[in-house]
Amino acid sequence: MKLSILVNEGPYQHQAADSALQFVKAALEKGHEIFRVFFYHDGVNNGTRFAIPPQDDRNITVEWSKLAESHKLDLVVCIAAAQRRGILDENEAKRQGKSGDNIAPGFRISGLGQLIEAGIQAERLVVFGD
Amino acid sequence: MAMLHTVNKSPFEKRSLDGALSHAVNGAAILMIEDGIYGALKGTAVSSKIEKALETLKVYVLGPDLKARGMTEDQVVDGVKVVDYAGFVDLVTEYDKVQAWL
Repeated sequence: MKLSILVNEGPYQHQAADSALQFVKAALEKGHEIFRVFFYHDGVNNGTRFAIPPQDDRNITVEWSKLAESHKLDLVVCIAAAQRRGILDENEAKRQGKSGDNIAPGFRISGLGQLIEAGIQAERLVVFGD
Repeated sequence: MAMLHTVNKSPFEKRSLDGALSHAVNGAAILMIEDGIYGALKGTAVSSKIEKALETLKVYVLGPDLKARGMTEDQVVDGVKVVDYAGFVDLVTEYDKVQAWL
């Protein structure tokens, strides 16, 4: 089945980012298709490669990036939520006159239309948040 | 058109479980995850709500989240089924829609 995921909470905030990650892993293992994972509100903080959790802790962003690579996941960060929280890709950094970008591998920045499309194209939209 | 309602807050902290229970119609299912698992425990002030819900609804709790909080399956209200993440995925596909009560 084609599923889409909405993540509204940042990593290490409570448990929603972990739950979403575990859910996506289990769904992929069962052979389901993940049409898109959309990160909204504080969820965009999942997409910064500048976070450095302690070495003996899980690195949620790296896990998303790995999954994106191994399963060709489409990880989309909401542009307005990202700009408020300082998540930038190369283009946005240039456009806003910032000195660097911090988007993690496998993530891309786009608009809310991507969430609407994810809801329409997938058979289920599963929401994780706080 | 049966719906799966997920609840991720403790009923002793927030009203998400009440929200889910008051909107769930016959044949729907409730899945308690994260801190929501406290709603599934026996002998609490909300146990009777779950016992009543079981008359018309299916009620599930996420096993790994129970375990993460030091709870065991035998502490769960009778009739509540424990599922793992694979079971969570199955519930999402079995029910027509998923509503998260955050």
